[in-house]
Amino acid sequence: MALTERTELIEEHDWSNELIGEMATVGDYVQLMKLRVMSLVVFTALVGMIIAPVAIHPVLGFIALVCIGVGAGASGALNMWFDADIDAVMSRTAKRPVPAGRVTPDAALTFGMTLALGSVSVLGLVAGWFAAGLLAFTIFFYAVVYTMWLKRSTPQNIVIGGAAGALPPMIGWAVMTGSVSLQSFVLFLIIFLWTPPHFWALSLFKAEEYARAGVPMLPVVAGNPATRRQIFYYVVALALSGFLPVIVGPSGIAYGVAATVLGGIFVYRAWQLLRTDEENERQNAVRVFTYSILYLFLLFAVLAGEHIVRLMVAS
Amino acid sequence: MTLQIAESIMTEDGIKLTEEQKKRRRGRSIAIGLALAALVAVFYAVTIIKLGPGVLERPL
Repeated sequence: MALTERTELIEEHDWSNELIGEMATVGDYVQLMKLRVMSLVVFTALVGMIIAPVAIHPVLGFIALVCIGVGAGASGALNMWFDADIDAVMSRTAKRPVPAGRVTPDAALTFGMTLALGSVSVLGLVAGWFAAGLLAFTIFFYAVVYTMWLKRSTPQNIVIGGAAGALPPMIGWAVMTGSVSLQSFVLFLIIFLWTPPHFWALSLFKAEEYARAGVPMLPVVAGNPATRRQIFYYVVALALSGFLPVIVGPSGIAYGVAATVLGGIFVYRAWQLLRTDEENERQNAVRVFTYSILYLFLLFAVLAGEHIVRLMVAS
Repeated sequence: MTLQIAESIMTEDGIKLTEEQKKRRRGRSIAIGLALAALVAVFYAVTIIKLGPGVLERPL
């Protein structure tokens, strides 16, 4: 090819996409994986693995856990690929790699799909195809059902979409046992009921941004008082479901006490938010939001901790 | 003729990346290399754990 012809081809091609890709750092790709969400997924999956009645080789267990974490990262990357337009208009998300222009949408999609296929394939080889199928379903549910469909179309988006975030303990259980059970379903139910009050509390103090982005979060569609009521109802249901591991197993007294105290505090916080005046609403919503994270972490930590202690005593 | 896009420079000889872009590309390449090495280690470990000494017992 003649030099002038080659130069013309180079000049005619729109290189902006490739060159934006050259600005991406490794950290940008790590950010695509939503590390905070991933840490919660890994933690809850680990609890599902710990309370399972059978053991697997620790190295296989570790690799399976990494696969579940990478699968969560895939969901995050696919979510950031699809949601770049609404992420760009919200202060909380505007600096994410795609809306900030550091990673191209194509690169985010490729990265997400690669992680999804890789994590599901390796988990299938390591822990069986039932657990891998559950992981694939979780990624599909979060990326397609929640992100592409529910998020922009209904205020029940995070109620139904929350199922994706609730599945990791069931995947963890499936890694160990190759099946699901009532005990693992109870862990699913706890996170499923935890998700709406957690995100609705956040949306109470970010409602304007969600409205600007066109996301029909509950406060945007139904108003703040209705959202506060829904938060309270869900927290009561959550606090009650927190006792289920005592009823269906494998938990005992220590967990029961923790579920009572933690659930009681959560109901009290939600009650305060329900009864709040407009002036203190934001402060109470922030309290419910931050406590919700602590609640789930401590509840699951006690659940796993009690089980470990029991195993140590038994051996 | 030169044209600047996303901080890099397009010349008649092609695209000239800035030093920063080269550094970031190197970082991404290292990360991909490490990920591949980790995959090799994972497959090796899984093979040994699942098959054990049986990995060497192959029919003639």
